[in-house]
Amino acid sequence: MKDDVELTREDRVANLKGMGCARKRVEDARFTQGKGNYIDDINLPGMLHGDFVRSPYAHAKVVSINTEAAMALDGVIAVLTAKDLEPLSLHWMPTLAGDKQMVLADGKVLFQGQEVAFVVATDRYIAADAVELVEVEYEDLPVITDPFEALKSDIVLREDLAGQTSGAHGPRKHHNHIFTWEVGDEEATNQVMDEAEVVAEETMYYHRTHPCPLETCGSVASMDKVNGKLTVYGTFQAPHVVRTVASLLSGIEEHNIRVISPDIGGGFGNKVGVYPGYVCSIVASIVTGVPVKWVEDRMENLMSTAFARDYWMKGRISATKDGKITGLHCHVTADHGAFDACADPTKFPAGFMSVCTGSYDIPVAYLGVDGVYTNKAPGGVSYRCSFRVTEAVYFIERMIEVLAIELNMDAAELRRINFIGKDQFPYQSALGWEYDSGDYHTAWDKALKAVDYEGLRREQAERVTAFKQGETRSLMGIGLAFFTEIVGAGPVKNCDILGMGMFDSCEIRIHPTGSAIARLGTISQGQGHATTFAQILASEIGIPADSITIEEGDTDTAPYGLGTYGSRSTPVAGAATAMAGRKIRAKAQMIAAYLLEVHDDDVEFDVDRFVVKGAPERFKTMAEVAYAAYNQAIPGIEPGLEAVSYYDPPNMTYPFGAYVCVMDIDVDTGVPTIRRFYALDDCGTRINPMVIEGQIHGGLTEALAVALGQEIAYDDMGNVKTGTLMDFFLPTAWEVPNYETDHTVTPSPHHPIGAKGVGESPHVGGVPCFSNAVMDAFRAFGLRHSNMPHDHWRIWQTAQDLGLHK
Amino acid sequence: MIPAAFDYYRPKDLAGVLALLREHGDDARVMAGGHSLIPMMKLRMAEVPHLIDLQDVPGMSEILISDGKIRIGALVTQYEIIAHEGLAQSAPILREAAMQIADPQVRYMGTVGGNLANGDPGNDMPGLMQCLDAQFTLVGPDGERSVAAREFYEAAYLTARTDDEVLTEITISAPTGGYAYEKQKRKIGDYATAAAAVQITQSGGRCALASIAMTNLSDVPVWSQSAGSALVDTEVGGDAIKAAVAYMLDEIDPTEDNRGPVAFKRHVAGAILTRAIQRAWSRA
Repeated sequence: MKDDVELTREDRVANLKGMGCARKRVEDARFTQGKGNYIDDINLPGMLHGDFVRSPYAHAKVVSINTEAAMALDGVIAVLTAKDLEPLSLHWMPTLAGDKQMVLADGKVLFQGQEVAFVVATDRYIAADAVELVEVEYEDLPVITDPFEALKSDIVLREDLAGQTSGAHGPRKHHNHIFTWEVGDEEATNQVMDEAEVVAEETMYYHRTHPCPLETCGSVASMDKVNGKLTVYGTFQAPHVVRTVASLLSGIEEHNIRVISPDIGGGFGNKVGVYPGYVCSIVASIVTGVPVKWVEDRMENLMSTAFARDYWMKGRISATKDGKITGLHCHVTADHGAFDACADPTKFPAGFMSVCTGSYDIPVAYLGVDGVYTNKAPGGVSYRCSFRVTEAVYFIERMIEVLAIELNMDAAELRRINFIGKDQFPYQSALGWEYDSGDYHTAWDKALKAVDYEGLRREQAERVTAFKQGETRSLMGIGLAFFTEIVGAGPVKNCDILGMGMFDSCEIRIHPTGSAIARLGTISQGQGHATTFAQILASEIGIPADSITIEEGDTDTAPYGLGTYGSRSTPVAGAATAMAGRKIRAKAQMIAAYLLEVHDDDVEFDVDRFVVKGAPERFKTMAEVAYAAYNQAIPGIEPGLEAVSYYDPPNMTYPFGAYVCVMDIDVDTGVPTIRRFYALDDCGTRINPMVIEGQIHGGLTEALAVALGQEIAYDDMGNVKTGTLMDFFLPTAWEVPNYETDHTVTPSPHHPIGAKGVGESPHVGGVPCFSNAVMDAFRAFGLRHSNMPHDHWRIWQTAQDLGLHK
Repeated sequence: MIPAAFDYYRPKDLAGVLALLREHGDDARVMAGGHSLIPMMKLRMAEVPHLIDLQDVPGMSEILISDGKIRIGALVTQYEIIAHEGLAQSAPILREAAMQIADPQVRYMGTVGGNLANGDPGNDMPGLMQCLDAQFTLVGPDGERSVAAREFYEAAYLTARTDDEVLTEITISAPTGGYAYEKQKRKIGDYATAAAAVQITQSGGRCALASIAMTNLSDVPVWSQSAGSALVDTEVGGDAIKAAVAYMLDEIDPTEDNRGPVAFKRHVAGAILTRAIQRAWSRA
């Protein structure tokens, strides 16, 4: 249609900006010019503003709530308490993990920052003033912040569960116990341990932290009482699930609810769950009949929305004396806080922690997880990782290091001799996963060669000698990590959330002039979906990526999907996109054949056109086909060119990678300096190398944060000690080293385009890599393990405990 | 993060500022860059019904250097300290310290006067000014007076300035010799875990004069006369530095916080001070 300029095939491929192209992110034009549209940018006529009265106590009885003074303030419309929500049965809400959670304090509070009352006012400032005027009388109760103490204590945290000896995931052993989850063969594992030549044991605490997206959580609810429609804008990583849950909870029919996720300023798991603020803004809008906005501040975000990690992990690993691993035993005491609001597929109360056998061929293994209630905020989300995979990979990569110490072996070599071999894929892991593909040895060798691993070890040995001779006060650590992720949840047969199967979807409409719009069930929070999904389609259907609009996040227009987290967008929705594209292509082929007056089988797709086999000068471009699809009567083919695909993945995908960190540590001040960080990632087929690079930089930076200082710390009274960015470590450009990235490509055999997902790999691999570097620096002085976060004083403490400060 | 309501004033001269202070007493606070006070107001930890912005008051934004005297107006920003070439010549420690305060965005707004007058033990300028033996000019209803930086700080957020006075200017005798400002912090924008300001002059290979102050290791900055004296008449070798550090450690009184326990802070204080002395001496 457009032009007849002769282009080479290479030019035509380049014009598409399809898969493999380092296409610039189309989102960035608006983000870098301040033209994004985030929750707080949404202002509707007559909109009211909500704000929370929050508990200063971690555990207390709520004796009384007096709202008189607040109500008397000019501009205050309502102050909601649990009593107001109770008639609607909305004072409690179900959690994603099968528990229930208070929306507003119902007689007691269970963590500091818990929502007690919701003030609604005409102005955001008035709402904040009114919060101060709500008088709440508390009677403090004993606080439990330690999960081991919780399991022994007579103090009952959850009276609402009194007498319930069974929860959503089976029997409960104690009134503060939530579930026990077991995978693998404990008896066989114990037997292997008993008979093993070498057994290494270690207990490690993976501290509580928080995803801390730049944009905090918020929502704007608007109930139109005339047409009965409820519209909810919110920071939702899974807008369709929110619509279904909102319908089930409120009784409003699902077609009368429209959920919109606008631009989202980062999620990292924090925006998967449902928060009291969302519910209260909806209720307030239903009650007042006007829109109600709620946006939390940074402190509220850190204190009350979903945390990550908080796993006490006890491991045993057995091996022959030459280092062949024979078994792995892991027990986790999981601190879930006051309510079990973990974001996990229903059947996996500890997520995919059972990928903790890592990248190694371990014949026998066992994993047991006990979930426990404490007086801390609820959550347990997957912070830039697939469900609990960061915990699993940290665990195994520490156990490997500890085993290497026990065996007095080089940790790189120990990994190498235990990797699952390339010819073993698909590999059945001892804890039940089928790893789809991998080539670990090649990646590892490439990584070690790139950093001159032998040379680094020599330099490290020289440093140790110099330190011992008093010539330097600096030590050198070499951090190694090899990770296998499990992402792309997931097959509907075993993955659902609240009963909703974890497929995803794509719907494509080709316009008559040869451009297109595609809508997906996922929602970008910065991942660049509008860029990369257009590239998948460009390659599949031959329309340039620049001519394809990608739209997500509006449940009235997008097909149903389970959202974006756990690196699932490319493995699931990306697959749906490719499959929908192929449906388009199949129909387009019939149209092209008709136009070219040949049989369907006599044309073939070539980049951006259909050509007659053997006669490439006879062709119809996809644009020509699109025009004909709408404007030409073609016998036996209905008009239009659209397709929709719902993709239920046959398996998860298993990205992997090899990371090396070189670090210098100032023994006297505890200050670590990262000299070098090399990251090799294998995410299968690479859609956009530049977007991948950006994802890796971001994930590594969040890994650095977690490994070196980022935590949600509580004192004994359950007070949050790290509630602002003064103390909660969010690295800036200054703290971040230069990253060297590299890759191998091992496509997923079951994914339509072979892609595996990448957004979370660098976080999963990065945390143990940075941590191992710190601990490796002290290996020569007898250190086996020290817990994260490795901030200055803890590193100093490690040196102190080893007697290095004489 | 939403402050309580307050009235905002922007007087055109110092007389106007003083009149407002007299009128509102405790209920009024002056603000220069606002980078300490406004966050406190947003957290509702500081209640300021009457906020008096000094930005329009003339004569408080200059850096003047003459006859060995440096005069810095209270409204001079950290950025201006860094950018001023004359100042970098006469008192290079100021630039070295200011470069380690917060981040560029904050330094464009944050002022020397605000940093000094707020009395926050975490601020860098108070210790630095004690090291340099600065004089602060305070203007109040009864006129002008001068207070030595070393006499100014009484406790956390408590200073010799009375509620009806404004800190208008800082005067320093241009320092001579070597200098160092050494700071350990967890990240950009953080307060110091420990920071040391050191000025040393040497004569014939021996230390002639030394002035040493440390920051965020007590509820006030710590200038230690004995630590400085321990270096005087020595070649600033290991033993002299150890002696100086020991004197300083006697005078600091750190408390445990998220940066770490007391033992760690004391150890780091020693390490940081040692490095600051060594660097200053290497420049003397």
